[in-house]
Amino acid sequence: MVVTGHVDAGKSTLMGHLLYKLGRVNSKVMHKYEQESKKLGKQSFMYAWILDETGEERARGITMDVGQSKFETDSKIVTLLDAPGHKDFIPNMITGAAQADVALLVVDSTRGEFETGFESGGQTREHALLVRSLGASQLCVVVNKLDTVGWSEERFLEISNKLGSFLKQAGFRERDVTFVPCSGLTGENLTEPCTEPALTKWYKGLTLLEVIDKFKCPERPISKPFRLSVNDIFKGTGSGFCVSGRVETGMVQSGDKVLIQPQNETALVKALMIADVPTMTAFAGDCVTVTIANFDQQNIAVGYILCDPLSPVPVTSKFEARIVIFNTKVPITRGYPVLLHLQSLSEQAVITKLVAQLNKSSGEVVKRKPKCLLRNNNAVVVIETSRPICLELYRDIKELGRFMLRVGGVTIAAGLVTQVNLDSVLINNSWYFNFSLDCTFNFSDSVIIQENEWKSLKGSGFGI
Amino acid sequence: MKLVHRNIDKDGGGSITLIPEESEDMWHAYNLITKGDSVRASTIRKVQNESSTGSSTSSRVRTTLTIRVENIDFDTQACVLRLKGRNIEENQYVKMGAYHTLDLEINRKFTLIKSEWDSIALERVEMACDPTQNADVAAIVMQEGLAHICLITASMTLVRAKIDQNIPRKRKGNVKQHEKGLCRFFDSVMQGILRHVNFDIVKCVLIASPGFVRDQFYEYIFQEAIKMDNKLLIENKSKFLLIHSSSGFKHSLKEVLLDPAVIAKMADTKALGEVRALEAFYTMLQTEPAKAFYGLKHIEKACEAQAIETLLISDDLFRCQDVSQRKKYVALVDSVRELGGDVKLFSSMHVSGEQLGQLTGVAAILRFPLPELDEEEDISDTDSN
Repeated sequence: MVVTGHVDAGKSTLMGHLLYKLGRVNSKVMHKYEQESKKLGKQSFMYAWILDETGEERARGITMDVGQSKFETDSKIVTLLDAPGHKDFIPNMITGAAQADVALLVVDSTRGEFETGFESGGQTREHALLVRSLGASQLCVVVNKLDTVGWSEERFLEISNKLGSFLKQAGFRERDVTFVPCSGLTGENLTEPCTEPALTKWYKGLTLLEVIDKFKCPERPISKPFRLSVNDIFKGTGSGFCVSGRVETGMVQSGDKVLIQPQNETALVKALMIADVPTMTAFAGDCVTVTIANFDQQNIAVGYILCDPLSPVPVTSKFEARIVIFNTKVPITRGYPVLLHLQSLSEQAVITKLVAQLNKSSGEVVKRKPKCLLRNNNAVVVIETSRPICLELYRDIKELGRFMLRVGGVTIAAGLVTQVNLDSVLINNSWYFNFSLDCTFNFSDSVIIQENEWKSLKGSGFGI
Repeated sequence: MKLVHRNIDKDGGGSITLIPEESEDMWHAYNLITKGDSVRASTIRKVQNESSTGSSTSSRVRTTLTIRVENIDFDTQACVLRLKGRNIEENQYVKMGAYHTLDLEINRKFTLIKSEWDSIALERVEMACDPTQNADVAAIVMQEGLAHICLITASMTLVRAKIDQNIPRKRKGNVKQHEKGLCRFFDSVMQGILRHVNFDIVKCVLIASPGFVRDQFYEYIFQEAIKMDNKLLIENKSKFLLIHSSSGFKHSLKEVLLDPAVIAKMADTKALGEVRALEAFYTMLQTEPAKAFYGLKHIEKACEAQAIETLLISDDLFRCQDVSQRKKYVALVDSVRELGGDVKLFSSMHVSGEQLGQLTGVAAILRFPLPELDEEEDISDTDSN
C-alpha cells in the first residue's frame, strides 16, 4: 500500500501515528522522538519521524525518499510505503507507487490547503493519476486535519464531491474509492472508532484501519516466470550483499540461480528475507530482501531485473508503445527528450518516432506520422533509451510493461509497451523474437488485448 | 582562432590560414573542413631511408604537407581533429599520392584550401575568430546517485565526467548506509570538479539538482574545502550558483540554461540563444501549429512561400559528405536571409542542438500560418534511424 498526497498533507504523521497506535513503535522510542522534536521546535512532526529517518528529512520536515514499514490488520499483512509529496521527489514516489496494489490519497482539509494541492500545480492530481497509471485501482481518500476546521461535515462533503468527480474521470471506479475523515495528529478515527462528539454526530462509517482491512487483494501472477525489479542495493550482514524489491511475478526460493538483466549474468540467491524475517520462498507481491552471492555489487544498479534464467526478461533500447499524453505545456515532437520511469528504473530516453495518432475512444488511427502530439492525445510512438533496459510487453507482464514519461519535473504521459523492437533485442533473448516477428503493426489486435487497461488509462487523459 | 591570411577569389575558391588557440577552435575547424578540401599543415612523418648498402634506417622528420582530405575524425573528448588523405604536393620526404594523417595542433597554423567558400563557411570563420563570444561555464547537474560534470563553451557542451553511484536507500533503523553512500557520492563529484574544472577560465559553476541535493552538496564541498585547506575552492566560492533542475540527466541542462539567474549571469551566449529559440519553436507549435514546421520538405515549401521568420538549423547538416546536399542547405539559409528572416545555426554539441538534430535538424517558425502544409501526408521519411 502506498501513501500519497500533496506536500504537507500529513502523510508521514498519519502513518506514523497509525503505526504507533498499532504498537509497531514502542513508547520509549516515541518519547525520545517527542523530546527531540520539541528541542527543534517541531513537535508536530514527532509522528512523522517514525518514517522520516535521515537527518536531512527531519531537519526540513519533509519526506524525501519512500519510507517502508509493515503492520497487520485483522485479515492482512500490509507493507506500508510512505511516499514523498514534494514535487521534486516524484521519481521516488513513482518507485514506491509502482510496488503498490492499493493507495491512500491524503488530502489536507484546512481551508486553502486543499485547494492549492488540488488546483493546477498541486500534487494531489498528479499523484492520483500516477497511482492509477501505475496499476493501483483501489483508493482510499483520507481527509486529514479535519480538526482544524472543527470537524465540519460540510467541508468533508465538499472535498468528497470535488475529488470524487475528478477520480471518476481519472479512471477509478466509484466502488473502489472510499472517503475517510480523520486527523493524523490527534489520532482521531485511525484505529478506534471516533470519540470526538463533533465527528460522531455525522460520521458513522469505518475507521481508517477497517478501510485498509477491506481492500481486496489482487490476484498474483504466481505461475508466470520469476521477475524481481531491484529497488535498493545495500550491504547486509555477513557475506555477499542484499538487494530489495518486489517480486513482480512468479516465485523465488533460496538456492535458486537467477539471471541479472540487462547485465546478463547469473548469480545465486543465498537467502531471502521478508520484513527482516528469514524465509525460504517468496511469491509475487512480496517485498523481499535477497542476499546474493557470486556477483559483484558494482555490476548491479537500481532498476535491474532479477529473473528466471530459463525465460529471461527482454532487454532492449528501442521499443514501441502506446501513450496517453497528460497536460503538457509543450507539444511532443520527434526527438523529444524525456525521462522514462519503469518500476524503480529511471532512464534518459528520446521519442524517436511518432507512428500514429489514435482516436481516444476507438483506438483507430486518426493520422499517421503526425507532426506533433498535443495534450490529451493518444498515440503510438517509438522510444529509444540511452542504455539498454529491461521491459516486457504489456500483454505478457503488466507490471513491467507500464511506464511513465516525465519532462522538467512534470509527468507528461503514461504508456504501455506494445512491441519490443526486433533489431535491438540482444541475441540471448532469441526466444522472445516470436513476439515481435509480426512486425506489421496490427492495431485491431493490440486493441483487443489491452482494451480494459487502455480504457482506464484513457480516462486519466481527461479533465486535467 | 586567429586569422592569418585570407585569399578568396571572386568565384569563391581560395585559401584561408588560421591558427587555432584553444580546444574549441578544433570544433570550428571540424565544421569548416569537408571531404575534398586541401589542407596544408606542419606534421611529423616517419621516413625510411635506404642506404646504398641496403640497410634501412627510419627517422622522424617535421615537414609541411598538403593533403586532399578523404576522411575527417573528431574526438570530442580530447578535442583532436584528425585528417586523412593523399599528399598533393611532393617534397623530399613524401611522394605524391602517399597517404598521410594530419593531426591539427593548437597554436600551429594550418591553411585550408576550398574550391568554393560558401556563406556558411565564411560565417564560421568569422565566428571562430570573434573573441567576445567566449564564455566558459561549468555545470554540474546532479541527483542522488547521478551527476554529470559538463563544460559549456560558446559552441560546445562537453560532458567531462559522469558519476553514477548506487546509494542505499533509507531503511528501518539503518540510515547509516544511506548517509555513508551519499558522502561517498559527494566526494566523487567533488574530485571530479577539482580534476575537470579549471577555475582560471571558468566564469561560473552552476550546480543544479532537484530537491535539496545541491544545497547539501554545496555545504559538503565547502566544509571539506575548509577541512583540507583547499584554497582553490574557497577563493572561488563566489562563482558557485545553485539552480533548480528536475533531474540529474544531461538534458536537464536545458532547464538550467533557462533559469533567470543563469540568464542574468551568462548574458547572451550562444548556448542560451539556442535554448531560447528552440523553446520559442515549441511554444509556437503548441499555440499555432500552422506556424511551426520541421523536416526539410516542409521547410523548403515554406521558404518558397517566403514565410520563414526564424530558421533553426543544425550545423550537423553542413558536415554531410554529399556536396549537393550541403549546397541545398546553404541555398536554404541564404534565401531565408535574403528575405529578411533570422537564421539560428545550432551547434550539434549542445543539448538543444542534439534535440534539433533528432527533429530532422531543421525547423522554422513562420510569419504567417500555412495550414495547407499540414495536410500533406508526410514529414519526409528520410529520418536517419
